[in-house]
Amino acid sequence: MNHIKKDEGGNRVVISVIGKDRVGIIAGVSNVLKDANVNILDISQTIMQDLFTMIMVGDITGSSVDMAALKDKLNETAEELGVRIDAQHEDIFHYMHRI
Amino acid sequence: MFTIKEIMETIRMVQEEKLDIRTITMGISLRDCADSNPEKACQKIYDKITTRAEKLVAAGEEIEREFGIPIVNKRISVTPISIVAEASECQDYVNFAKALDKAAAQVGVNFIGGFSALVHKGTTRGDEKLIRSIPEALDITERVCSSVNVGTTKDGINMDAVYRMGQIIVDTAGRTADRDGLGCAKLVVFTNVPEDNPFMAGAFHGIGEPECVINVGVSGPGVVKKAVDKVKDQDFGMLAETVKNTAFKVTRMGELVGRAAAEKLNVPFGIVDLSLAPTPAVGDSVAEVLESMGLEMCGTHGTTAALALLNDAVKKGGAMASSYVGGLSGAFIPVSEDAGMIRAAEKGVLTLEKLEAMTCVCSVGLDMIAIPGDTSAETIAAIIADEAAIGMINQKTTAVRIIPAPGKKVGDHVEFGGLLGHAPIMPVKKPSSAHFVKRGGRIPAPIHSLKN
Repeated sequence: MNHIKKDEGGNRVVISVIGKDRVGIIAGVSNVLKDANVNILDISQTIMQDLFTMIMVGDITGSSVDMAALKDKLNETAEELGVRIDAQHEDIFHYMHRI
Repeated sequence: MFTIKEIMETIRMVQEEKLDIRTITMGISLRDCADSNPEKACQKIYDKITTRAEKLVAAGEEIEREFGIPIVNKRISVTPISIVAEASECQDYVNFAKALDKAAAQVGVNFIGGFSALVHKGTTRGDEKLIRSIPEALDITERVCSSVNVGTTKDGINMDAVYRMGQIIVDTAGRTADRDGLGCAKLVVFTNVPEDNPFMAGAFHGIGEPECVINVGVSGPGVVKKAVDKVKDQDFGMLAETVKNTAFKVTRMGELVGRAAAEKLNVPFGIVDLSLAPTPAVGDSVAEVLESMGLEMCGTHGTTAALALLNDAVKKGGAMASSYVGGLSGAFIPVSEDAGMIRAAEKGVLTLEKLEAMTCVCSVGLDMIAIPGDTSAETIAAIIADEAAIGMINQKTTAVRIIPAPGKKVGDHVEFGGLLGHAPIMPVKKPSSAHFVKRGGRIPAPIHSLKN
């Protein structure tokens, strides 16, 4: 009853980056993910309402840190890059957009 | 997988449109805490709550991080104390309220509901002691919320209890006069009260509920308003469809968070309450949703129709999104907690009479309304009776949470702070209802209660 449906692909997080475009955003985020042993499954980027928007999907099954630590690291990078970075478990998008 | 558009929609809802989970409420049965020695009973209550809810706040925070969705409140509801305390040999139940308050502080929740009594057909000795204790309990505790059910569709309205609650509200306001009558903001008088409501101040853990359960209340007026803004010139069918779609998405969040919390805490998941719950924050207002539909100001002609459409569409969308919908599940219209309602009440467009009409088509009732401090207990009882009658006849929950603000008159303001907000004093009618409410006895159940 209380089980949340896990995707067969593993335990995935959606990392969203929103802000002004500049050199090194993808590199910065990728570095954090590499250090945390998070496998990047997908990257897409676009410009929405003049803002650089990048969505990464990462597999955290083998991650060396927990979600809180990963978010802290991403926040540090976000400050350095002057963008907003969030990491959310994929279930939130599943629940909202899929039945 | 998902499209960027879908992902951005979710992110925008949370970051810009103030979508949040309003509350995760843990219901805890205290039925096994009864003891003839009141001190022992209070100790059992404290121990049980602090054990059961020990990890509630931590679990909530963990879920917040995982999904990136704010969970504004973590709360607790318990078995009505009138039932738990009845076996104890004591004259009042103020110490029970203190035990609840202490337990709530210990586990870090901001409100605990269940200092309650169900007296729709009559009052037991325990009920009477509880009701008598309400003014002092709400004065000296910070987090305890109280509710009393005075009527049901099946049983009619207990007018003795209605009159009694009129007096209790006046007393509670008097005891908390230094805080604008704040005690009354933590006291709800219900008809057809739900047993699984996660929202304060009316939450308690009903007697048909399991040992422990997680119920969730969502928010989302801001999200609905943005969606309504986008279909400005479309017809009502499109408007209802838009609200439905949005309510679906909002409620799915509640379902996800509720199940995640239940799993983390290892207790069953109860229900999602899909009520649209406003806050005093800008852009988080039910009144503004109605205004987006095309009304110049909430409370003007057309408001009841707009609210009926909103409430029904929210239910239709929400019911599809969750397997277990419960609690109050409608749009809330608390005046002091909704920036648009406050504005409309200050202008005199939103009146007590219009609010009464609005409560016929939505949950819950006359909520967070400040009235002059010199309003009599009889007039307040009559206001409760009117609202109870609407609930009884329409087979729905109605409630009254009204604050006769001590020393204040029409034109003045009360300030409760935080989620409770602020409100102008609204006028009440002068002619007396005293003879009516003092008749005593019960208003009989309506004919449609005879269904068997």
